[in-house]
Amino acid sequence: MLEIAKEAARAAALDPDAATPAIAPMPPATRFALRMRPETATEIGSVAGFQLDLPINRASLGPRLAARLGPNEWLLIAEDGETEAIEAEIASALGERFHALVDISHRNVGLSVRGAQAADMLNAGCPLDLSTDALPAGSATRTLLGKAEIVLIHEDDAPTYRVECWRSFAPYVHGFLQEAARDFDGG
Amino acid sequence: MLLIPCPYCGDRPEIEFRGGGEAHIARPRDPQAVDDQAWAEFLFYRTNPKGLMAERWNHAHGCQRWFNALRDTVSDRILESYRMGEKPSGGGSS
Repeated sequence: MLEIAKEAARAAALDPDAATPAIAPMPPATRFALRMRPETATEIGSVAGFQLDLPINRASLGPRLAARLGPNEWLLIAEDGETEAIEAEIASALGERFHALVDISHRNVGLSVRGAQAADMLNAGCPLDLSTDALPAGSATRTLLGKAEIVLIHEDDAPTYRVECWRSFAPYVHGFLQEAARDFDGG
Repeated sequence: MLLIPCPYCGDRPEIEFRGGGEAHIARPRDPQAVDDQAWAEFLFYRTNPKGLMAERWNHAHGCQRWFNALRDTVSDRILESYRMGEKPSGGGSS
């Protein structure tokens, strides 16, 4: 494992003190991009506590979060510091099955967006229909927020959303949401 | 905003997509065996119809899959979308 595995915890992309009640940078986490054939996911069901046999654009929530972003792509999120253990677990569970597992812990930054106005704040830059009919709790999808690509995970009906973006986009995404929050109580 | 139906994700806003030009253009199996005219037609010649057209689209900021869509170039309405390797069910000019 490269030294970069511990980089996410060492250098935060966003100042944790910049949190507002509505928008808060999330602590560092272990993240993986997992690619494999859809048939393999159906066959094994779940691996290392991550449920994989989900419909496209759904997530199984919990301390080990798995989001199916496409027919053959999953985003796995777990607590920080579990990188090596999870990697070994998945590698042994999948064995010779064709797959690609990439550590992206340091590439992504998580933001938590919550409160009654959360959907309105996201809709300031994201054209998706965020009503609970179209995007119920447990949904997860890659989309756009302003000019940045994000992964949007609808965690619960509080509502709480988790916004995952690339590290270099984090100040932009955070600033964008704070700007949007000014129109609402969250600012 | 125009909604484009992704065969994997359903109706999504157009800014998540990238267009890939005309669909169902097969690359000659042996490029060495075709003459310049046939190769030029494969590379550059497109139908550009007024009406129904099969196009390739990529859901770049979504599931990142390529798929085909049947679009009316007059009304800009997308009649159906289907996965790579499949045929349109409606009357397409594929």
